[in-house]
Amino acid sequence: MVLTLSVLKVNAQVKLITNAELQEKISKPDTLYIVNFWATWCGPCVNELPNFDKLQRVYKNKPLKVLLVSMDFQSKLKTALIPFVKKHKMQADVYFITRKSDQELIDQIDKSWSGALPATLVVNTKKGIHKFYEKTFSYTELNNIYQTNK
Amino acid sequence: MLTAASALAFKTADNGYKAGDMATDFKLKNVTGKTVSMADYSSAKGFIIVFTCNHCPVAQAYEKRIMALDQKYAAKGYPVIAISPNDPVAEPVDSYANMQKRAAERKYTFPYLIDETQNITRAYGAQATPTAYVLRKTDKGLTVEYVGAIDNDQEQSNPARSKFVENAVDALLINKKPTITESKALGCRIVWKNS
Repeated sequence: MVLTLSVLKVNAQVKLITNAELQEKISKPDTLYIVNFWATWCGPCVNELPNFDKLQRVYKNKPLKVLLVSMDFQSKLKTALIPFVKKHKMQADVYFITRKSDQELIDQIDKSWSGALPATLVVNTKKGIHKFYEKTFSYTELNNIYQTNK
Repeated sequence: MLTAASALAFKTADNGYKAGDMATDFKLKNVTGKTVSMADYSSAKGFIIVFTCNHCPVAQAYEKRIMALDQKYAAKGYPVIAISPNDPVAEPVDSYANMQKRAAERKYTFPYLIDETQNITRAYGAQATPTAYVLRKTDKGLTVEYVGAIDNDQEQSNPARSKFVENAVDALLINKKPTITESKALGCRIVWKNS
């Protein structure tokens, strides 16, 4: 399905990314990557998003990158994802992950992933840390994740 | 605000049914007020069990397809049974009354059951809605033949989509095993009750 890239060029707040690009990005050493998989259609995801954003805000001068990776419907980019991101003005980087098949993507992210949202991947390549969580996170829990894995 | 998901330990996908497992029957309340069990269906060859719900936009996107599965396969011996797994306290859109309303509005031709204790959801190992289980009757009981997504095309943008459930049932109807017995189901995490 053809993605209207012009829509996303206009909006610098949501970047397109493939899984290959994501994996390359989060494998860089010297940074802790916290990748949250979410969608505007997922209530618990939307509820916990401010916690991720706060973490990025609090530690913005530290080697921490919080990535908010949306698994929204591709057909709803213009009507759902972009308006949401515009409205919420987030500190963390927001991505839309393009994929041929959800099933393939889910297995590529983590073989243990059931496919349910939300889910969070924590990667610190320098320290050999690669953890996957199928749960929601409070800010306190996220701060613990940061302190433990930085 | 209540975060139902946080307190309760989550089940990993490993704990749920996989192809080859035996599936447990249930006795759950239907929107009609009566209870339904698979044992009630003496002439069925198997079942298409779908964990689905009112509130989840992904489940909503699949609703017509779930209805179409029953239209196509009930007469062939594989009726759909829909089970709503979520805590209606944390998610009022999934209340029993709302389930009744929706089933009536959409004219569901299949049972829409509420898993009030969430024990059946736990036994089957569903993690998100919608998730489908294709079961086949054998003399030993019900075997799981397929677990996962209904197809690999949520948005119905790909005419060449893989129709996992249809392909599985079509295979079983000609006494063959499904070639794909599992897939990941992208959807809304089940809203668990707090302990």
